Amino acid sequence: MRTDELIRALAADGARPVVPIERWLTGALLAGIALSAGLFLAALHARPDIALAVYTPAFCFKVVITLALASTAAFVLSDAARPMPRIRWRGALLIAPVLLVAGVVFELVTVPAHSWATRLIGHNATHCLSLIPLLAIAPAACLLAALRRGAPARPALAGGIAGLLAGAVGATLYALTCPDDSALFVATWYSIAIIAVTAVSAYLGNRILRW
Amino acid sequence: MERSLQGDSRAYEQLLVLLTVGLRAVVHSRARAAGLEAEDVVQEVLLALHLKRGTWQTGTPVAPWVAAIARNKMVDAFRRRGQRTEVSIESVVETLSSDAGDEGRNAQDVEHMLERLNDRQRQVVRAVSLEGYSAQEAAERLQMSEGAVRVTLHRSLKALAAIFRTVPNED
Repeated sequence: MRTDELIRALAADGARPVVPIERWLTGALLAGIALSAGLFLAALHARPDIALAVYTPAFCFKVVITLALASTAAFVLSDAARPMPRIRWRGALLIAPVLLVAGVVFELVTVPAHSWATRLIGHNATHCLSLIPLLAIAPAACLLAALRRGAPARPALAGGIAGLLAGAVGATLYALTCPDDSALFVATWYSIAIIAVTAVSAYLGNRILRW
Repeated sequence: MERSLQGDSRAYEQLLVLLTVGLRAVVHSRARAAGLEAEDVVQEVLLALHLKRGTWQTGTPVAPWVAAIARNKMVDAFRRRGQRTEVSIESVVETLSSDAGDEGRNAQDVEHMLERLNDRQRQVVRAVSLEGYSAQEAAERLQMSEGAVRVTLHRSLKALAAIFRTVPNED
């Protein structure tokens, strides 16, 4: 087939408007959130004191962190899906970690040293480590599927950012049922869970997002 | 570019023809140095540009986006060539720089690749490319619905891109 003939075939196939990658990603994110929220409603429940907790700074801080991570990851994801290696505003990804570190420092200063260990260990670290990844599966799967329509310059990085976003979505949902509001707890167990999701997703991205 | 993405296939064809001129200039010199069949690389880049056109961001310059896709596909093509001789020489870089006149084995004949599509796909691709029919005309001629022609064409192009990626690993 000559090149001009190929071009004719491509032009014929291009007769339909193309759906931009960012719209696929938005759809995938919404679908993933809906699926995980469904799972949450079906299998888990909000903590019994949720109505009171929403008025405590510690609970709000926890949710603000996970939402900050989710929104900054969502923000940079569409750039990671493009063939140009440059990712604009990637520094925004530091917002959530910096907030979290500030929260930890604040807690270390305001809380007596003998209670640090109990706060760090919390009530349910294993729940945290298993439920966050579980709630992240649907968003991660949807986002990776949408990314396959993209052309990521670095497939592992794109997969990793998708995992970060999925982990943050999982963590936000899990925060509603998690009884531990300590910044020490969040910084330890939430981070481990989200990093694990990110690593698995980066690995998958490296394998399935090549184009 | 914007009109092309909204489904104006006339504008799109003109754009692709225009891009091909530039692509040839870039690909030919480098491909020759690496012992690749340049026109095959050009076609592989065109296919990728087409299938990934949803990753161009409206309102941004087209050139860096085209260059990024072309670069990625050229690296792929060079790397595949590296894999062929990797058995004897460890480093892909060495293979590339050694340029051991590979008797043109890497010349992937697109005609040859078309044979790996199924009959229906090949008929549709032939009808719109070689014979230049519109989707509607091709549909009448092949007694398919216009929608089926479009779907088959799209799948064929995806399959071709996939074949480009896997061909060298199979022999």
